[in-house]
Amino acid sequence: MSGQTLYDKLWQSHLVHSEPDGSALLYIDRHLVHEVTSPQAFEGLRLAGRKVWRATSAIAVPDHNVPTLNREQGITDVVSRLQVETLGRNCAEFGIVEYGMNDVRQGIVHVIGPEQGLTLPGMTVVCGDSHTSTHGAFGALAFGIGTSEVEHVLATQCLVARKSRSMRVWVTGQLGVGVTAKDLALAIIGQVGTAGGTGYAIEFAGPAVSALSLEGRMTLCNMAIEAGARAGMVAVDQATLDYVRGRPAAPTGPVWEKAEAWWRTLVSDEDAQFDCEVTVNGSDIVPQVTWGTSPEMVVGITGAVPDPGDMLDAVKRSDGQRALNYMGLAARTPITAIAVDKVFIGSCTNSRIEDLRAAAAVLKGRHKAASVKLAMVVPGSGLIKRQAEAEGLDKLFLAAGFEWREPGCSMCLAMNADRLEPGERCAATSNRNFEGRQGAGGRTHLVSPAMAAAAALAGHFVDVRDF
Amino acid sequence: MRALTELTGLVVPLDRANVDTDAIIPKQFLKSILRSGFGVNLFDAWRYLDQGEPGQDCSQRPLNPDFVLNQSRYQGAQVLLTRENFGCGSSREHAPWAIADYGLRVLIAPSFADIFYNNCFKNGLLPIVLPAGQIERLFQETSVHPGYQLRVDLMKQEIVTPAGEILTFDVDAHRKLCLLNGWDDIGLTLQHLGEIRAYEAQRKIDAPWLFS
Repeated sequence: MSGQTLYDKLWQSHLVHSEPDGSALLYIDRHLVHEVTSPQAFEGLRLAGRKVWRATSAIAVPDHNVPTLNREQGITDVVSRLQVETLGRNCAEFGIVEYGMNDVRQGIVHVIGPEQGLTLPGMTVVCGDSHTSTHGAFGALAFGIGTSEVEHVLATQCLVARKSRSMRVWVTGQLGVGVTAKDLALAIIGQVGTAGGTGYAIEFAGPAVSALSLEGRMTLCNMAIEAGARAGMVAVDQATLDYVRGRPAAPTGPVWEKAEAWWRTLVSDEDAQFDCEVTVNGSDIVPQVTWGTSPEMVVGITGAVPDPGDMLDAVKRSDGQRALNYMGLAARTPITAIAVDKVFIGSCTNSRIEDLRAAAAVLKGRHKAASVKLAMVVPGSGLIKRQAEAEGLDKLFLAAGFEWREPGCSMCLAMNADRLEPGERCAATSNRNFEGRQGAGGRTHLVSPAMAAAAALAGHFVDVRDF
Repeated sequence: MRALTELTGLVVPLDRANVDTDAIIPKQFLKSILRSGFGVNLFDAWRYLDQGEPGQDCSQRPLNPDFVLNQSRYQGAQVLLTRENFGCGSSREHAPWAIADYGLRVLIAPSFADIFYNNCFKNGLLPIVLPAGQIERLFQETSVHPGYQLRVDLMKQEIVTPAGEILTFDVDAHRKLCLLNGWDDIGLTLQHLGEIRAYEAQRKIDAPWLFS
């Protein structure tokens, strides 16, 4: 018999019940809750007269709707305010801890979980948000769920699930200077496609993955969903344990010892078999920039916008042409010839301290191009903001002409006031370049924080390795 | 949940791959704390020529005549025919809420994104995966035959074309049972109350750090 994959181990250790047809009840250790996908779930509980099964497993935070400016004035958008207030009321009624908008621990749900040690190796982690895959960076089984499932987890602490197939993405070599986990994620998506991981749980492994910091692994796992995989994960190693140790909700003393002994087993066995194996050469990857309206529409900074006319598949050809029309780009335009109007550094993909340091290092002593109308940094949490300020990063950003904002999802999905105007082009460190994602008619190019900073300085995309 | 057993419905073709949930229901409508009323904003940015905001009277908004859902021949459609990776992106269940609220009950594509696919079954929608060749043929037939309808029989797991051709499809047994009967998962899961409690009790011993 072959060994077990990390995914097998995580699945097996959370199995409460399984049916002959393969559907199963999976126990959920951690439930992250935010304001957008939870109100209807709490309402469902109320209507059915149900209680929350284990309120201490849940943690709530408003992030999608919160303003990133003038927070002392509260939320001026009445519809957004009602949604955020509803989260507060629901948490109070059902006994769930919430980090409110003005709590220093508030931030993007996928940033604060790991930051507080609420995300631990070996856990099942769910949230009504597709980027829950982020938490897989800790050797956890983490995936996004819909609102009906949010209600289901609140009521039963379980999910009805069915085991995915397993895929291993093995990254050889090492990422070059100026090439980040974001570039790796985009290059992988460019290779497998946005549906390449559909039906799979992906384990990222290999020397170039082991060399990533936990922040980098979070960026990589965060984007697993953009490859179609509900869950992405990285095995536990010393770096994982070092990151977790000392976090507020992490175990201590003898309990830590017990936990560590189990966590160290959370790796795929050497003889484990995967349903699908993909190999990527990390040494070959250059900084990536998306050119279209799907994350798979991506190319290296040294390349050009492709010509859809060259695409063999008819559906891809028409989608490619539609994307170029939407993006206002001509085929074969060099990527470095694309000018940007706005720059957004933030989101659950790239708003951690390491991301801010990388962007600040590029900006140091320079100023954004006059043609860039707005450049903004939105830290992932209040604590990251505080740390960045302690390191003086805010001063570098401000001196470079960037705005330094309060934490939240912000212009990744533009549910608050931060958004693109129709036709505006943005270098964004977020995760989706869909039509209208950052504002109706807005045009998004996904890049790493360092590449976003470099684009802000030049006024167009440039190769950050030349800085 | 609304049960679905069998229906004969008009087919509307949406000829695009990778239709994401931001396109199905744009973010500004996610601020609602209700579960209903999303149908008028389904595919909002493609369907209307102006910019959609919550609370508008959509009957007064200018329609995009080029968008397929606005064409008179497809009014009242219950079956959406589309391309690969439908429903990708955000996990928002507002997407299936909008689709169901609009009046669609069956979605047919060569593939669906995982979270969206799962969310459909919680809302009385049946997503059906067919091979790309069959999808291509259905697109052709839909375009040349105005009023093109399909009969969908969930019990038998088959689609019957107007010419009488039968196309079979797969569906998970548990999801099929729930959809045929209109059952919600929570009640079914709570039948395993004892097992959940037993698992939890053991886990408190094995992994006490999860319960502190």
